[in-house]
Order: sequence, then C-alpha cells, then structure tokens
Amino acid sequence: MNWTWFYKWGSPKWFYSMSGKFLPWLVTASVLLLGIGLIWGLAFAPPDYQQGNSFRIIYIHVPAALLAQSIYIMLAGTGIIGLIWKIKLADVALRQAAPIGAWMTVIALTSGAIWGKPTWGAYWVWDARLTSMLILLFLYLGIIALGQAITNRDSAARGCALLAVVGVVNIPIIKYSVEWWNTLHQPASFSYSHQPAMPTQMWLPLLIAVLGFYCFFGAVLFARMRLELLRRESGSRWADAEIARLLKDRI
Amino acid sequence: MTLTRKKRMLWILSLLCSASIATAFALAALQENINLFYTPTQIVAGEAPMGTRIRAGGLVEEGSLNRAQDSLEVRFGVTDGARSIIVRYQGILPDLFREGQGIVVLGKLENDGKLYADQVLAKHDENYMPPETLHALKQAKTIRQIPSSKQESTE
Repeated sequence: MNWTWFYKWGSPKWFYSMSGKFLPWLVTASVLLLGIGLIWGLAFAPPDYQQGNSFRIIYIHVPAALLAQSIYIMLAGTGIIGLIWKIKLADVALRQAAPIGAWMTVIALTSGAIWGKPTWGAYWVWDARLTSMLILLFLYLGIIALGQAITNRDSAARGCALLAVVGVVNIPIIKYSVEWWNTLHQPASFSYSHQPAMPTQMWLPLLIAVLGFYCFFGAVLFARMRLELLRRESGSRWADAEIARLLKDRI
Repeated sequence: MTLTRKKRMLWILSLLCSASIATAFALAALQENINLFYTPTQIVAGEAPMGTRIRAGGLVEEGSLNRAQDSLEVRFGVTDGARSIIVRYQGILPDLFREGQGIVVLGKLENDGKLYADQVLAKHDENYMPPETLHALKQAKTIRQIPSSKQESTE
C-alpha cells in the first residue's frame, strides 16, 4: 500500500497550505447549513403532537450530542496515529479538537436539561444516558487539563493520546445505554437500518442542522490547528514567512 | 509498517481491550444500580426494598387516575402490562402526564403495597409527529375499525 499521502498530510507545511484552501468552503457551508437548518427547525417545522413547541430544542440538542461523541472518536483516532507513527500533527489535532468537543458536550447537557424540565419534570436525573454523557465531559476536561499540566511537549502528547484512547470505551456505553438499561431518556430516533421516527418535514431540518454542526466543527478545528501550527513551527522558514505575510497589513 | 510501529499498535490494542474488559466487569457488577427504575412486576414479586426511596416505572393505567376534589392529591395505577401497582402522589404533575403515558415515579414502598411518591417524571418515546398526523392516524384507525366491527356483529 502506498503511504505517501499519509505522510504528506502529516507534514505541517503541507497541512497548512491545504487547510487554507478548504477553510473558506467549510465556513461558507457551515453558515449556510446552520442558518437553513436552525431557522427551518426552530421556526417553520411543525410542533410535536405531545410536546408542542418545546420539542424544537431537538434541533440543537441532537446535533450537539452527536458531534460531542464524534469528536471524541476523532480524538481517539488521532491519539492512536500519534502514538504509533509519532506524527506531531496528530497531537495538534487532538489538543485543538478537545475544547470544541467539551463545549459541544456542555451544549448537549444544558439543552437536555432545559428540555427535560417541561417534558420529564426534572432538569437532571441520574439515568445511564445522562450520567455517561457527564463522564464524557469529564474525559474532555481531563484531556485538556493533562495537556496544560505537562510542560514537555512529547510527554504531554503521549499522556493526552493515552487518555483519549482509553476513554473511548465510554462511547459505546453512551450509545447503547438506552438499550442496555431502563432509562428515562428515550431511545435514538435515527438509525442506519430503520426509517426515522418522525416525518420528513421534521427530520430534514435536523439533518441539515447536523451537517451544519459538523462543517462548523471542521472550520473551527482547521482555524485553531493553523494558529497552533504557526505557534509551534515559528522559527522554521515557511512559518516565519507566513507570519510576516499575515502581519504585513497590521503594522 | 515497521516492527516498532507494529509493537506499539499491539500495545495500544491490548490497552484498549483491558480497559473495555475492566469497564464491562464494573458495569456488570453495577447492573442493578444502573437501571433507573423497578418495573411493577419486580415490585409485586418483592424485589424492591420496602421503606426506602425507590423508582418505579411503567405506563399509567387507563381509567385508574383519581384526583382529589380539594387538594393536589392523586392516585393512579402503574402497569407494565403484566402486573400493576397503586401510586399515591401529592404535587404538580409534568405536562406529559396522562393515562397511557410512560412515567417514572420516585417514592417509598409502604407495607400496604402502595407506592407513596414524592416525584413523578414523564417518559416520552423517540417518535415525533405533527398534531395533524396524529389526527389523520386516528381517523384512519376509526375508519378501519368500522368495517371490522360490522363483520363481528353479522357473524
């Protein structure tokens, strides 16, 4: 198998120039998709027969929760790549994605609590789905804190990668918690094998909002990684040239 | 892949396996505590402890809801299809509370076999639909029921 593309993407200079080309497209896509999905979902989609308008928070809750778990899987993936191939870019991606994932988890937990009060009758219940999601938040915070606490860059990379890989055990627990145990949280409305448990005019805006959240994550991650790369690579010729170019208009 | 990388990959795989096995054991040991609630069948069978705060879950039994005239006190049956228990509660019920709805109640099981609840939570399922769809569904059901009931009466 030809691995050159893999090593090419691992080079900071190559990544910097390629991500610069993708970034405007990702920003445009996320603005469009988020705008359409959220306005459609929050204002125009029909209300639910039982919950009325309070069901609309699904258009924020579900994308945030999905993204929070996907980002963690990505952290574990970059952790494995970083541990095996010692690619520095993998560490940059892991460390820069972790705060975004933590915020998505916070959004999922808060919107869930706001949704829970009127429908269930409680902001918080120690049910398996909610608790495993709270553990996900602590895993994110642990990775961020571990990275900040270790000053040696290589040890910090190894520590964060190990924690990310071990913590991925929590992801199947979150996903299947509603099937393995009796929970207050309802099972998933979407799966690969079945029709969605809601009509098209309800799930289509949700799908658009989910895609918008993913594009938003891609855009924010690329922007954060580019900045971190410039910081780490300052001293090398390409990075100094790029920094000088960026600062030219400011000085 | 070079030999060192294969070695590292094996290390990570074994780490991941041991972490998942440890978690699986911990979850298996906690199995009973992670379940959010007891079902009425479990309570009738005496699996739930008496006198301490427990959770019970099931459907509000059709036609069992009794409201007091002069207070917020309510009494209703909770069933899982096989068995049912009687729940007494005083307080504000969530919006989704109605007969046939899935709920979780928190309270003490007393010697008379009734559950004295201090909190009632409503469960809802993963199906969402607009009110008009429900209306259409109901109409379709009544139309379908009319010919079948006629058949029964002629037989």
